[in-house]
Amino acid sequence: MKQLLVRSENCVGCKSCEVACAVAHSQSKTLFGAVLEAQSPRKRVFVETDGTVNFPLQCRQCSDMPCVHACMAGAMHREPATGLVQVNAEKCVGCWMCVMVCPFGAIGESPAHQALKCDRCRELDYNPACVAACPTKALQWVEVDRFAAAGRRSWVEQVKEGNSHA
Amino acid sequence: MLKTQSIDPAALDMLKKAAADGIETVWDRYEAQQPQCGFGSLGICCRHCIQGPCRIDPFGQGPSRGICGATADVIVARNLLRQVAAGASAHVDHAYDAVEALELAAQGKINYPIADEHKLRAIASGLGLDATGEDLNALALEVVKVAYADMGNHSRKPMQWLTAHAPKERLAVWESLGILPRNPDREIREALHQTTMGMDADPVNLLLAAAKQGLVDGYAGLKLATDMQDILFGTPAPVVTEANLGVLKADYVNLIVHGHVPLLSEKIVHWAKALAGEAEAVGAKGIQVAGVCCTGNEVLMRQGVPLATNYLAQELALVTGAVDAMVVDVQCIMPSLAQVASCYHTELITTMPIVKIPGATHIPFSLERADEAAQEIVRKAIAAYAKRDPRKVRIPDHRSTIMAGFSVEAITGALAQLDAEQPLKPLVDNIANGNILGVVATVGCNNVKVTQDIFHVEMVKELLKNNVLVVATGCSAHALAKAGLMNSEGTGQYAGPTLKAVLSAVGQAAGLGAPLPPVLHMGSCVDNSRIGDLVTAIAAYLGADTSALPVAASAPEPQHEKALSIGTWAVAMGITTHLGVVPPVLGSKQVTELLTDGLTGVIGGKFYVETDPVQAAQGLIADIRAKRQALGLTN
Repeated sequence: MKQLLVRSENCVGCKSCEVACAVAHSQSKTLFGAVLEAQSPRKRVFVETDGTVNFPLQCRQCSDMPCVHACMAGAMHREPATGLVQVNAEKCVGCWMCVMVCPFGAIGESPAHQALKCDRCRELDYNPACVAACPTKALQWVEVDRFAAAGRRSWVEQVKEGNSHA
Repeated sequence: MLKTQSIDPAALDMLKKAAADGIETVWDRYEAQQPQCGFGSLGICCRHCIQGPCRIDPFGQGPSRGICGATADVIVARNLLRQVAAGASAHVDHAYDAVEALELAAQGKINYPIADEHKLRAIASGLGLDATGEDLNALALEVVKVAYADMGNHSRKPMQWLTAHAPKERLAVWESLGILPRNPDREIREALHQTTMGMDADPVNLLLAAAKQGLVDGYAGLKLATDMQDILFGTPAPVVTEANLGVLKADYVNLIVHGHVPLLSEKIVHWAKALAGEAEAVGAKGIQVAGVCCTGNEVLMRQGVPLATNYLAQELALVTGAVDAMVVDVQCIMPSLAQVASCYHTELITTMPIVKIPGATHIPFSLERADEAAQEIVRKAIAAYAKRDPRKVRIPDHRSTIMAGFSVEAITGALAQLDAEQPLKPLVDNIANGNILGVVATVGCNNVKVTQDIFHVEMVKELLKNNVLVVATGCSAHALAKAGLMNSEGTGQYAGPTLKAVLSAVGQAAGLGAPLPPVLHMGSCVDNSRIGDLVTAIAAYLGADTSALPVAASAPEPQHEKALSIGTWAVAMGITTHLGVVPPVLGSKQVTELLTDGLTGVIGGKFYVETDPVQAAQGLIADIRAKRQALGLTN
């Protein structure tokens, strides 16, 4: 199963993912259409930085699901078909328990005052727009093992380089 | 992503060959750039100071101001002004070279004889000079003096090239808005200054400054360049030739001229004829010169040189494997040409001090040694012919007959066959009675975001069907030429019934023995001045403001900053100006509103953005009908 994974060392902080995320959650699904919509669409990915490390952060789909457990309305739930944690807008009452327990701060507020978070681009057949928009491949939609394998290869390269300099 | 790269069959054929030959093209690079940056696309990224870069969140959650406090409206307006100023600078630089050429020619210092005495006298007389003298060189120097006086104008008086040629009603409008340019170089400098950090933060003021840059382009760029070039090389008259890559010949030395300024390409055409014997000596049947982009239009209009292709297929011309040399001057030259040329035997030759490309051969061109440089370039092409690999050659068998050369003088000359006293009368009468619904000028580029040529061709077909007369320049003219819209058969096939009748009558009267083409080729991008001259003449004939005329402009596939400055000039002329590609302004609601509606009340014209060709045609027709109605004409 593919996951949204980040090579933070590749992130240049351009925020293209943020714009693409908002567009993906607009009515028109196009940039020029989205900026003209009366209700501006909301992004669900946030490029955070401490000045040295940039990190595009969104819902991590944790398997212990603290947001689901904290939700008293039953709005935050795991969809059986996809296994993804999603918000049911019909049930959310805006109590913000999920916001308080989320360790990543990945849940925000919708214009209708309900919980809002990354839905892995459900309306785009789960092809995350942030990944497509990332010009440096910092954001990846990839199997965990493949991501890790690339990391191992990169580590070997570093070792080799270190040896050749030694 | 595009479904199809082009509607040009020659380009599609060459794209297959490019893939087989492993050649990367503009379409591959466009795909690799996807998705393009949203901030840049909306115009809300500012890099004018190095506290930045700053960008505004278009969806209102992130920053609404840059570090200095500039809002999206300010950033978009500033960026647009810089782009328009850059476009204007390209044309003013072009015009300046042409003025310099006329000066040196008149002084007898260079080998460019004055070709058009009539034009020289007409321009001189229009500038208020005594144009009756015998000594043409002395008269040319008087004209040059006026042009130079504009470039060195240290007073607050407006440019003379503008006041002498612009419609009087427009002059009053521009003066009331405070946008009459004084000195083109000063205005361009001022625009750069005005957009630096800590300067103008009023979007309205910035857009008026952009309108001023449009006037700089229109009169110190386009108009000045065309006038100088007509004097030096002759005013175009109708000429018949062909367009598309099929004009290249397997058994000839093929030499492509690419760029914009005829100072070089005219010499190439001359020396290609003169040195044909040397080509025959290496086994070729002769030398075929063909044009890409506007320098191609220049030598097409005056010398009947065929067109190879337009902007987007410049690399594909080389993919034929049959181009022995491509010589370039300035503007719209893809740096990638060097890489494509290196895959074949083609010599890519740069010539200008401000256009050098690693991998190309640089043969410096100057007015003083123009003949030597041109001979050297032609001989390079002849030498390369011997290295051509026949296995890599495939010339697509596509070309269309075209009639071009429709300068204002040529158009009024044809109309004078119907009414020698008042040549504009037959045209105006036919517009008034509705036989011609109106006139649309299609201009500008290809843009890789649009299937090549489709917008030009589909929109124009719809306009013609509705009896709208179309005039064209630049790469738009190339597109329409390739698609068979610039010959008499095209009139039969595409023009509406009443338009067809008018074109047939004028064609017969002018002794063509066939209708005029449905689209009149008026030249290169700087020759948009010819369209301006025609509109100015019609307005003067009617005693009306240009903004009242049932006339519109369109850049269906714009890519260059020059297209923005030309379009801004057209809007300042009071003309509705369509763009088929969204310019980077949508990040500001205020700027978008001002450009498409808000400034119309004061300036008369507006931008109209529509990305569907048929809907764009219908929008332009609706605009024309509204203007007809306001004039009391039937629809």
